[in-house]
Amino acid sequence: MRFGIVTFPGSNCDQDAHHVVSHVLGHEARFIWHKETDLEDVDCVILPGGFSYGDYLRCGAIARFSPIMDAVVRFANEGGYVIGICNGFQVLTETGLLPGVLLRNQGLKFICEDTRLVVANGHSPWTVLCPETLVAPIAHAEGCYFASPEVIGQLEEQGRVIFRYASSRGEELAESNPNGSINNIAGIINEAGNVLGMMPHPERNSETALGDASGAAIFRSIIHSFEARA
Amino acid sequence: MNPPAAFSADPRQGDPAITDQLIAEHGLTPDEYQKVLGILGRPPTWTELGVFSVMWSEHCSYKTSRRFLKTLPTEGERVLQGPGENAGVVDVGDGLGVCFKMESHNHPSFIEPYQGAATGVGGILRDVFTMNARPIALLNSLRFGTPEHPRTSYLVDGVVDGIAGYGNCMGIPTVGGEIDFNRCYNGNILVNAMAVGIVPADRIFRGIAAGPGNPVLYVGSRTGRDGIHGATMASDSFEEGGEGRRPTVQVGDPYTEKRLLEACMELMQQDAVIAIQDMGAAGLTSSSVEMAGRGGTGLVLHVDRIPRREPGMTPYECLLSESQERMLIVAAAGREHIVEEVFTKWDLEAVVVGEVTDDGCWRILEDGQTVAAIPVLALTDEAPNYDRPREKPADLKQRQTTPELSAHGDCAAVLERLLGSPGIADKRWVYRQYDHMVRLGTLERPGDADAAVLRLPGSKRMLAVCVDGNSVHVKLDPFGGAQGIIAEACRNLACTGAQAIGATDCLNFGNPERPDVMWEFEQAVLGLGEGLRQAHVPIVSGNVSFYNETGEQSIHPTPTIGMVGLIEAGVSPLGMALPSAGSLVLLGSPRPVLGGSAYARVIHDSEQGMPPQVYWSEELALHQLLREAAQRGLLLAAHDLSEGGLATSLAEMLISSRGKASGCQIQVPCPPSAEAVELSLFGETHGCAWVAVEDERRAELLALCQEMQCRATALGSIGGEGLRILDAQGSVVLDRSAESLRKAFEGGFAESIGLSPCPPRV
Repeated sequence: MRFGIVTFPGSNCDQDAHHVVSHVLGHEARFIWHKETDLEDVDCVILPGGFSYGDYLRCGAIARFSPIMDAVVRFANEGGYVIGICNGFQVLTETGLLPGVLLRNQGLKFICEDTRLVVANGHSPWTVLCPETLVAPIAHAEGCYFASPEVIGQLEEQGRVIFRYASSRGEELAESNPNGSINNIAGIINEAGNVLGMMPHPERNSETALGDASGAAIFRSIIHSFEARA
Repeated sequence: MNPPAAFSADPRQGDPAITDQLIAEHGLTPDEYQKVLGILGRPPTWTELGVFSVMWSEHCSYKTSRRFLKTLPTEGERVLQGPGENAGVVDVGDGLGVCFKMESHNHPSFIEPYQGAATGVGGILRDVFTMNARPIALLNSLRFGTPEHPRTSYLVDGVVDGIAGYGNCMGIPTVGGEIDFNRCYNGNILVNAMAVGIVPADRIFRGIAAGPGNPVLYVGSRTGRDGIHGATMASDSFEEGGEGRRPTVQVGDPYTEKRLLEACMELMQQDAVIAIQDMGAAGLTSSSVEMAGRGGTGLVLHVDRIPRREPGMTPYECLLSESQERMLIVAAAGREHIVEEVFTKWDLEAVVVGEVTDDGCWRILEDGQTVAAIPVLALTDEAPNYDRPREKPADLKQRQTTPELSAHGDCAAVLERLLGSPGIADKRWVYRQYDHMVRLGTLERPGDADAAVLRLPGSKRMLAVCVDGNSVHVKLDPFGGAQGIIAEACRNLACTGAQAIGATDCLNFGNPERPDVMWEFEQAVLGLGEGLRQAHVPIVSGNVSFYNETGEQSIHPTPTIGMVGLIEAGVSPLGMALPSAGSLVLLGSPRPVLGGSAYARVIHDSEQGMPPQVYWSEELALHQLLREAAQRGLLLAAHDLSEGGLATSLAEMLISSRGKASGCQIQVPCPPSAEAVELSLFGETHGCAWVAVEDERRAELLALCQEMQCRATALGSIGGEGLRILDAQGSVVLDRSAESLRKAFEGGFAESIGLSPCPPRV
């Protein structure tokens, strides 16, 4: 499978994502510069974490206008796999590929810590190989997922909330929600299921050397789904 | 004598007249001004006066500290670059060097905590990546006033936010640090930031302006009016109400620095750069002067070509601005376009603003007119060099008198107070705001081990990094206390399984014009030197910050040390968390004292007596043992004895296990008097560490200790409920549930400072 990792000038998790899909999982990966306009022949686009254009304005608000994003939107609309991690999730909501918005964390502070996720929908292309719970490192100041009650209702009804913050035993408690997201939402997909946005960083726990490798299940799932589709 | 024609300069229209008052405002003494006249053979222009002011400031010239810094050991087999460059480099094998430096940003952080701390991080990162080193870690050492001081919570919040804001955006993990509180910092906080990078050993870039005719390029952010005279400010004491100096504080833009980093790293892959240096303190002036100084060349800059944020800026302002995120590059003639292409890709400016010359003159032109022309050497090697008077402090004897401390009587209560005191308490409130995982290299996270442990990209070895300081120990005994800092830093590295290979220092002191402060400085530097020589660790970079004084109140002498160590391939780095079962062995010979201890400060409000001394042969035997045992896979956890003593260290290991160990029990061979028990439990000592070992391998460990001449005492076991400590007779002297200890430790930091607490861990 060929991964394309978009590098905005302020991306800082692009190398990490590249390392995991290529060195840990053994797939092809290349960086796509934000000034490019063509994705060429990638099978999955990763919008990595970081601070795309500094994010002094709303996170991802400028990235939305970057030259490569037209191609990413086209690719997504044609059914291509797109995963936005952290800042990438913020970019996806800004472009409208995913609904809602990511607000400042409820506690107003940047939080870097391991959280836990329950997989709320194990049938999506991103979760087919996931265990019921995952360790999920987060690192963000704006990760509080918010949307109108109608949109939340729709997401829940359609099974599009695929990750929720939970306790280590998998309970969706208020205490296990690090940032105040509605319904403990940590990750959602679009209607077709080919676009995923999530605040946690699965690339940070994809190797046992770093303490936990459960995050790799998300990448393995999409590789599995791609190969099944092909 | 007439000055040579080449070194003449003309005042600009509108320049203020050079009066005694203007000279004094520039921080130059009458003697220093006479020296300026002697060098130039004429009165300086206003621009030149500003340049002398910053280049001869304490901050840039090291005019007070130079003679002492020379005594520090700076050489060793691994040293690829010692002091004098933007940062130091030591060899870590596999064709790689580790490049690092620590620097203070104290004065600006007190005035404007967010920007002061943020730009401190930005500055130290540039020092590292200007050498072609890819930054892989940040650390910091922070000092604040008492937790209850009305400004402390604001300053802590702002400084931590500023460090986070810059480091997180850059994508460099902040992996370690230390924080302490003391009333001596009420008017002068300390913010010391350290950056660590990795560089190919054969492609270290330096700031040596060579090759007359080579173009000088200005790259990065535009120049604004911020930070003018920052270096001069940092070379002065605060009067009451330092807020008025806010305009001298720079404003950070980490997004631009991120692009600058990537552009520089990309550029240095190609053969276009002769020399490169960041514009830090004293901006364009110091970077250009220092590069020419190292090259033995001269330099001409056309100040009208400098990219500016606003019109109407004078040469004086352009030269002294400390606008951030800028670099100066000497390119190979004919290859300027390569620099321009790379910077254009990253949407940054790169402009040819001058060239290297061979006449030894630092010359500034504005629209063709010379506004400054100063011999380079006058600003570097020939800067003032003072041998300031030194005098043993009158109260030293009193400081060192053993205090009469009566026993508290309730060891468990003492332990919880120590665990909850902000210097010892859990720093999760701080480090969860720092991205400490980005770059996928962090093997031991903040709070999990005595040092941060990182993967070394391109090598199977690992890097351990720590920062240490104990200003109370240094205040009480500058020579011994400074040695203690070196011992502790090496010990912290050894507790993860690492061998110390290099150090950087940040020397924070009061007003050097006070003989007692100068005496403390000299003694502390000698102590650091002694410790470094004993431990065979070279200093490769560093920084001095004097004038940390407000009114009459100087800070405690606060040397801080950043140290890097190497863990061999295949070794599992050690953390401090107790496993679920096993034996507890105390390594080393404890010699607990209460002088300057956390116990004396927190429980008795006493800051008096001799602090613990270092016994180097025992100390080094301990470090060797720790490394050897780690290599053999004998140890399950290790944690050194430091602040709070034996009981505090063990409690930290228990809490750190987060429930894996239900408890632990030890028996301490001390007589049953309450004083003796509290001394054993909470007295501070060097040369000791707790280790956890599987019961079945305990004998093997003890045999190894005997072989390696490191004393070891099997004192207890893991298991049971909570922490139980027995005295020599077997009477219980401390018994507390792990939950109760954990609560004290985890809540203490935010609670004592009055910050909103962070939610419990998931």
